[in-house]
Amino acid sequence: MKTKKTAYPYLLWMLLFTIVPICMVVYYAFTDANGNFTFDTFVSAADYSQVFLYSLWVALISTFICLVLAYPLSFMISRCDERKQSMIIMFIMVPMWMNFLLRIYAWVQILQNYGPLDTLLNFIGIDVTLIGNSGATILGMVYEFLPFMILPIHTVMSKIDNSLIEAAQDLGASKFYVFKNVVFPLSVPGIISGITMVFVPTASTFLVAQYLGGTQFMIGDVIERVFQSDHHTGSAIALVLMVVILGFLVFMNKFGDEEAVGV
Amino acid sequence: MKKLSQKIYFGFIMAFLYLPLIYLIAYSFNDGKTSVWKGFTFKWYVALFHDSQIMQSLYNSLLVAFLASLFATILGTLAAIGIYNFKGGYRTVVQTVSNVPIINPEIVTGVSLMLLFTMTGTWLNFEMGFVTVLLAHIGFCTPYVILNVTPRLKRMDSSIYEAALDLGCSPVKAFFKVVLPEIMPGIFSGMLISFTYSLDDFVITYFTRGSKFQTLPIQIYTMTHQRINPKANALSALLFVTILLVLILINIRGDKDAEKSRA
Repeated sequence: MKTKKTAYPYLLWMLLFTIVPICMVVYYAFTDANGNFTFDTFVSAADYSQVFLYSLWVALISTFICLVLAYPLSFMISRCDERKQSMIIMFIMVPMWMNFLLRIYAWVQILQNYGPLDTLLNFIGIDVTLIGNSGATILGMVYEFLPFMILPIHTVMSKIDNSLIEAAQDLGASKFYVFKNVVFPLSVPGIISGITMVFVPTASTFLVAQYLGGTQFMIGDVIERVFQSDHHTGSAIALVLMVVILGFLVFMNKFGDEEAVGV
Repeated sequence: MKKLSQKIYFGFIMAFLYLPLIYLIAYSFNDGKTSVWKGFTFKWYVALFHDSQIMQSLYNSLLVAFLASLFATILGTLAAIGIYNFKGGYRTVVQTVSNVPIINPEIVTGVSLMLLFTMTGTWLNFEMGFVTVLLAHIGFCTPYVILNVTPRLKRMDSSIYEAALDLGCSPVKAFFKVVLPEIMPGIFSGMLISFTYSLDDFVITYFTRGSKFQTLPIQIYTMTHQRINPKANALSALLFVTILLVLILINIRGDKDAEKSRA
């Protein structure tokens, strides 16, 4: 029990399958096909800066929509009795267990031209294309990652003691005041982890935009495409993505720590 | 959830989560390939079970998930015990590196492993396939095992283990008789999470599978990419029913355990 040796196989494992692969991404990002040091990979990677910003934008909007949808729902669930809560949470998790490609494929079928929604809208005289645009991509993202927002917020909300809210009300606080000064501050850690859990996979996801967004690809799709022909530029894009995501996580962590003081 | 407005909102979110899946399942019984209803049929299910490629990829997925969760559980449990005995800063570094596969965008993990496997493949003369997929899966499963086992170790009273040693137990025997039963629930949930994550993984498998090896999510991708395939609907229906049954069973068992501990 006092031994450290049992961890050694895993240390070796991490060296081989975590550290070395990341070093290889860095190495490829800074070399050309002949193995010479270069920054040209980043120059060619800059061609995709539009796609990169677009991905961050889609992630931002999707995260915001998830937060707006999930917050009141999580609060409502957290005020139910315990048995009902675990039941509802289970039903929120069931779709998450389906393979993400099948869930996106479901939306392809619903949104496609001459599909159910398109037919319905045509019938009442609205003629719009539902699929192949950023709206469809964002819808897919929200559908995909909404549970990741609900679960952490619900977890912190279910820990808020009802008597705390009642005490504030007894002391004459208005509904808005109770929310602003009691419920919201206590739920901040859940919001932070919810934002992280939705933003990170949305920004870096791969295929959702190919299924729903038409020709408007996201950065994950670009990395895959570029890697098919050019490992060096592909690595440069992957490296930038990794650094941006890590920066975002560090920022959220700091922000969370400061906000969580006294909670 | 007492007010009508709350019930309506809850119903709206549930409809949003479930209607796409219900639509997907309903159209697995449609005797046509478009969204026009052409009558009831089971033919897509028959076709699904006669598709040897799909059946082979299901078998591959189960095999990889079984082996990956088994190896990840052994590697991760041993690692958790070892890391638990590390001191201060060293432990923080090891834990951080261990969490890299969880934090890093999946696509970056995928391409970094692809770089590793293609390079070592040219040196050692092998091609990506079953083994590289298995290695990649063990890699992203092990951190989850560690995250599940470590809290159990922290909660354990180490004096029980010392008592066993004082009473003449060998360290190995004391481990199996005292430590293992204490941390077993953590090991078990780590293994379960590993199994489901491995079974469901698309992105990392996509980059490490080479050209021939197929898992079920890869097969789903081939089936649904840029076309509608009712066999994918039939597959969704079967997966959905399986997931629902498993989760309900787990929930019922959980309720029974809770009642037992209350009694």
